Amino acid sequence: MLRSAVILVRRDVRLAFRQGMDSLMAVAFFVLAVVLFPFGVGPEPNILARIAAGIIWVSALLASMLSLERLFQADYEDGSLELLVLQPIPLEVLVATKVFAHWLTSGLPLVVVAPLLALILNMAPEGFWALMAALAFGTPSLSLIGAVGAALVLGSRRGGVLLSLLILPLYIPVLIFGVAAVDAAAEGFAAKPHLMMMAGILLASLVLAPWASAAALRQALE
Amino acid sequence: MGAFSAKGLACVRGERTVFVGLDFSIGPGDAIVLTGANGSGKSSLLRLLAGLAPPAAGTIAWNQEDIRKDPNAHHARCHYVGHLDALKPVLTVTEQLTYWAALRGVSDSGMSEAILTALSDLGIAHLAAVPGRYLSAGQKRRVNLARILVAPATLWLLDEPRTALDDDAKRRLDTAIARHRANGGLVVLSMHGGDRPQGAITIDLTARSALGMAC
Amino acid sequence: MQYFANPTRFMKLTQRLGPLFAAATVLLFGLGVYFALFFSPADYQQGESVRIMYVHVPAAWMALFCYISMVIAAAVGLIWKHPVADLAAKATAPVGAAFTFLALVTGSLWGKPMWGTWWVWDARLTSVLVLFFLYLGYIALNSAFDDPTRGARASAILALVGAVNLPIIKFSVDWWNTLHQPSSVVRLDGPAIHPSMLWPLLLMAGAFTCYYMWVLCLRVRSEIIAHKVRALRLRQAHGWE
Repeated sequence: MLRSAVILVRRDVRLAFRQGMDSLMAVAFFVLAVVLFPFGVGPEPNILARIAAGIIWVSALLASMLSLERLFQADYEDGSLELLVLQPIPLEVLVATKVFAHWLTSGLPLVVVAPLLALILNMAPEGFWALMAALAFGTPSLSLIGAVGAALVLGSRRGGVLLSLLILPLYIPVLIFGVAAVDAAAEGFAAKPHLMMMAGILLASLVLAPWASAAALRQALE
Repeated sequence: MGAFSAKGLACVRGERTVFVGLDFSIGPGDAIVLTGANGSGKSSLLRLLAGLAPPAAGTIAWNQEDIRKDPNAHHARCHYVGHLDALKPVLTVTEQLTYWAALRGVSDSGMSEAILTALSDLGIAHLAAVPGRYLSAGQKRRVNLARILVAPATLWLLDEPRTALDDDAKRRLDTAIARHRANGGLVVLSMHGGDRPQGAITIDLTARSALGMAC
Repeated sequence: MQYFANPTRFMKLTQRLGPLFAAATVLLFGLGVYFALFFSPADYQQGESVRIMYVHVPAAWMALFCYISMVIAAAVGLIWKHPVADLAAKATAPVGAAFTFLALVTGSLWGKPMWGTWWVWDARLTSVLVLFFLYLGYIALNSAFDDPTRGARASAILALVGAVNLPIIKFSVDWWNTLHQPSSVVRLDGPAIHPSMLWPLLLMAGAFTCYYMWVLCLRVRSEIIAHKVRALRLRQAHGWE
């Protein structure tokens, strides 16, 4: 089982590196979206510092959603998904490995770039670690929750727009606690309670999302 | 080895009944050829047999045990070849075959030899290092068929495996099927015309379908 | 034919139940409005605007009740592949969405004189807004596939996943300090509300429930008829007669 999981993750990561710019695109979108805000709300450092956490989180949310559409779509179109389902591996494990590979290639880069963006938004330095920690807990949850949506819209008309309608409302809790953690740290309070809450959300989605995605994949291939 | 059987199978696609009341029972070395008009349910039946979809009625059993009881055991014993060849344009033929074989427990030490044998059997040993995007439709189909030779499994479910194959490849496929059966393997394949494997049972799905009954 | 066995019985049943629910809706709604407007007192703090409650609270109850019904129907459809359950879930979604919207709008109208603002981003309002989006997502996903059974399956899974929002809505007023007041009717130690206000509230809730049942009967009936029309068309396309 462990060997299968390693093989699955390695293949998806290799695919992501070879074909594409998929993960680079997500990061580029993330940076660009954040950079737009100073033009929208004005370059006043205090205002930017106040809303930095929110801007970064909302942009991260959108960037992660952007790359989710391809999570199962490519494999669905070329028949690989059918064969993956027919391997002697529980489908839930398969989903978990695909989500993990997706996070490695498009969630982790966001965590790495985020402090840079916090810097240009003039965020208080106390918030930096909280931001990275919150993103480290939050982005895997986003990938997991998003996987359910990505599996549900397989084979539907207007998949992309539909995906955002299904997934964005479910992202709200992650957003709330993610921003709260950073704000708390930036203002000198403890970020830990919020981070614990995010860890809780991650655990809950780790249990629920692979199961729901697997159910969705099964019915998509019937 | 084992016995593969189906009883009272019915298939509903969307809101349409495709076929009803299908029974068969085969043992080691046996083959079934599915024939029938377009839309008579050949692909649907193979998907049911692979366990991709549950039948609307009836049961599919391996050694008298319903395949839905232990799906992973069923997946381990059968190979399915569908309409799509599941090849990634950016991975080489060897990389793709290694991937699928490793998921089925082929060890790293025996891997390269098994892949080379399978590729030579289908006459495409020279393609081993070529990425998927440079392959023609027929070559892709051969790679997909090589996939089922690398990691052995008892039951082959082949959905029109001859599509896009030239005469040489068809002969090689027939040889592979004959050898698989001689080793006690089971084969269910669908086809349009052409030579049927020797001693194969033919099931004409048009006669079983809602289409056939109304005609 | 086995497929239609239950729907046929269902059609017979709803043919009689539908008008009953319709009559009950009209009766209860009339009584409820009468009690709400003339029998119940104006609040000493809130004045006449307290009467918005008689629409707001039952609508919010119905928003949750419809979602719970939808989840149950979706689960039954998913597990036992019961065709009428799928149709019931599908038929419930727009009604639930409408009640949720009504609850949000009346809440907003009530909030303006009470809190001095149309909207606050507190836990209760936000989670109900998410509920509204879940209904919309369900409706969109249900109709996004060419094959209606696939739409039913996919949206059923979404409904089940979205059910995690229900406890959040219910307990949001207890878990977080918010502007929204906690429940005063459903409590372990009995309702903390005067009977002159409780009665119109319950009457309106009854009216809304009957309205839901009535619309449910109508919508499922029309879905079954539409299904039969599709089946006929399919027969024509394949030339069997």
